[in-house]
Amino acid sequence: MNDLGSLQSGPAPSPVIRVRGLVTRFGPQTVHDGLDLDVRAGEVLGVVGGSGTGKSVLLKEILGLMTPAAGRIELLGRDIAHLSRRARAEVQTRTGVLFQNGALFSSMTVADNIMLPLREHTRLPPALIAEVARVKIAMVGLPPDAGAKHPAQLSGGMVKRAGLARALALDPDILFLDEPTAGLDPIGAAAFDSLIQSLQRSLGLTVFMVTHDLDSLTTICDRIAVLVDKTIRVARLEDHLVDPHPWIHDYFHGPRGRAARRASE
Amino acid sequence: MRGVAAERVWIEARPNLVAGGVAAAGGTVEGGASLEAGGRWTLDTADDATAALNGLRLGAAAGPVRLGLGGLQALDTVGACLLIGLADRLTADGWRVAVQGVRPEHVALIDAVRGAGRAPVEHGRTPHHPVIDMIAGVGEASVAMAREARDLINFLGLVTVTFARLCANPSRLRLTSVLHHVEQIGLNALPILGLLSFLIGVVLAFQGADQLKRFGAELYVVNLLGVSVLREIGILMTAIIVAGRSGSAFTAQIGTMKVNQEVDAIGTMGLDPIELLVVPRAIAMMISLPLLAFYADIMGLFGGAVMSYATLNITFGQFIMQLQTAVGLNTVMAGLIKAPVFALVIAMVGCYEGLKVSGSAESVGTLTTKSVVEGIFLVIVIDALFSVLFSMLGV
Repeated sequence: MNDLGSLQSGPAPSPVIRVRGLVTRFGPQTVHDGLDLDVRAGEVLGVVGGSGTGKSVLLKEILGLMTPAAGRIELLGRDIAHLSRRARAEVQTRTGVLFQNGALFSSMTVADNIMLPLREHTRLPPALIAEVARVKIAMVGLPPDAGAKHPAQLSGGMVKRAGLARALALDPDILFLDEPTAGLDPIGAAAFDSLIQSLQRSLGLTVFMVTHDLDSLTTICDRIAVLVDKTIRVARLEDHLVDPHPWIHDYFHGPRGRAARRASE
Repeated sequence: MRGVAAERVWIEARPNLVAGGVAAAGGTVEGGASLEAGGRWTLDTADDATAALNGLRLGAAAGPVRLGLGGLQALDTVGACLLIGLADRLTADGWRVAVQGVRPEHVALIDAVRGAGRAPVEHGRTPHHPVIDMIAGVGEASVAMAREARDLINFLGLVTVTFARLCANPSRLRLTSVLHHVEQIGLNALPILGLLSFLIGVVLAFQGADQLKRFGAELYVVNLLGVSVLREIGILMTAIIVAGRSGSAFTAQIGTMKVNQEVDAIGTMGLDPIELLVVPRAIAMMISLPLLAFYADIMGLFGGAVMSYATLNITFGQFIMQLQTAVGLNTVMAGLIKAPVFALVIAMVGCYEGLKVSGSAESVGTLTTKSVVEGIFLVIVIDALFSVLFSMLGV
């Protein structure tokens, strides 16, 4: 349980992501209504919810890609809606995002994809940038020759690893993952989980992970946020297991939930 | 009979006489009746089954009826629908249906179909009055068009602001990207644009020569060519070809990046999609299109000159002499001055439609088509406005 005890015993650190009173509407339909969320530094938070409960929308709003109807979102202590372009870019350089299908720039090689944020946001000499890219490629477990390949030449699992390497290019504080194990076979998914866990520990990352993979939730997440009733309930797995809410109960006590818990025990 | 029927569909009314044949349907049943269905009740025999059911005549006098399904060789959802329909029809007629002899493997299927049949299914909108629908459609389309125009102007403003910011900090301009797009839009369009402009020149000269010959004014074919190619046809051809070649490419490229969440990724990296994707394309377009238009002018005149020589024996020397008297720099400029405007319109429409792509690959295709149609439409409308302006200015 990843340093959670020590975090709780010391003075409460200010949350790296702080959402207050978030309201999201699409036309007449309200997706989030008064949603509050704190993500603590150094934790792995898994976000789950039925389809249409606004998991991806929440992610986009925290990333500043979408503007909520109401509410305040603070990322690393800054209100992202009211930042100058420059300050906002600065906050964004401290976050890394792995999109569901990698979202690698298809016209560039993997190495160029990883080097792009470094080229744009730093004044490092080209040789050092290439070196950093090589390190990141190795860190995510890609073979050295993957750097010269284009995304179309990679398998699904390798694209995700390359996307992860790009997300880590600027050594962010917060890593956002959108369904990181979706579309991977069980072995690849388990390997990806352990990769995320080891990177999280070695780099001291805070991880915000939207996922449906119950194995990921039970093995690597410190806390789980469940989107229900237009708001969110954050708790540890043990607490969710005794939650009487019907959706939460069905989610964690369904056949898949039970199997995942057995496997992790 | 069973042996043959095993592969077919049949239903019999008993104890009364069973009509012969395969898809046999029995005569009238009086009092307590008995129906026996068998064979293959599946999609491929559905026609025969329907015919058999239609041929079935039970008397109006209701009573208990036994529906025996023990003889079914195969059953799928279509067959189950037909049998359930039969049972419902009989019930509606006042018969008390008792289904018997159902094989265990068919019970689940019949239950599932019966359950699905009960759930009310929405088949889209209920039909409205066609005239009202048409008027509503016209209204919706008008509002959508007005909204599109507003959004396009908004987008132009956004790009202008981004461009102004880049001017303040020119080192952020993606020069490589601009040059890449100049190559794509300009250089790679030279063969097709050259050939088409040449051919248009040939056609114009031929048609003009044919008419002007009647007045013995063959030489004026040069005036005709000069004015029409330089003022209108060269630039219009170029704009239309570029809208088709490159405007669509902009939409498809940016749209694919949108589907692949690459545009979102740019946003989360602290970069600006407009700065990265739109501005270089717009600049490249505004560089390429005037050059292409000039090239198209030359190729069109060249085509005309070749045709004039071939049909009217006007030598190149004569052609150029006559051209100099016919057109001045004004005429050339009246054509070329439109090029940057058309370039901006084509680039804006192409990029805007690309950024509008959402989610599906299908919307890339739809919006690419839309981008070409809208681009060409706007080019021709603006060309007409230029004509009005020029006539007012007396150019």
